[in-house]
Amino acid sequence: MSETKKFMYVNRKAPYGTIYAWESLEVVLIGAAFEQDVSVAFIDDGVFQLTKDQDTKEAGMKNFSPTYSALGDYEIKKIYVEKESLEERGLSLDDLQHLTWEDEDEDYAEKDLIQLVTRAEMADILAGQDVLFNF
Amino acid sequence: MSILHVVNKSPYERNSLDTCAAYVKSGDAVLLIEDGVYAAIKAGAAAGKLAGLGEVCALAADLAARGIGEDKLADGVKVVDYAGFVDLVEATDKVQSWL
Repeated sequence: MSETKKFMYVNRKAPYGTIYAWESLEVVLIGAAFEQDVSVAFIDDGVFQLTKDQDTKEAGMKNFSPTYSALGDYEIKKIYVEKESLEERGLSLDDLQHLTWEDEDEDYAEKDLIQLVTRAEMADILAGQDVLFNF
Repeated sequence: MSILHVVNKSPYERNSLDTCAAYVKSGDAVLLIEDGVYAAIKAGAAAGKLAGLGEVCALAADLAARGIGEDKLADGVKVVDYAGFVDLVEATDKVQSWL
């Protein structure tokens, strides 16, 4: 059994203008099967991926935003959102989906999945990873 | 000779809206579509770039897809549907898409 590595998926694109966001989500879910230490970061326009109330019916595209709520079930416990990126875009944590994961060590208590971090904190988190996947 | 200026890129990732703003003349209209609609979020840093551009519209379907409700829109931004898009094209002499 190989050693567990720290994998981070770095998302910097808005959800529908390009295919990056959706591709990233698919790779994150596939990668979750490999039992690594996975983090997902949302920086710059990437923060738009997590906004709630997305409704793509009129635009004729698939709304993949509900899938983010499955991340907790895939043993992904660390989602970092950069505070500066949110604020510059006129958003706050309230504008994002409320994502949770269940902590089996604490009687399946629901815990917040999204952690708001500053740019400086995000830089430290990035620096502490073994592998970075960029989208 | 009026122009419909169409912006489909996020103002936080590309300079399309900035360039567009420098080219807009009196009588022109600006239409935000796709990721361009992110400029219309009132509390966002880019919303200020819309002031003074005259008529600024945003496509309803793209706002909805991105979860941007009417309550979040910058003042003066007019929401149009696909038929409204066609009306804008018809009302202006030509279209410049700032791709």
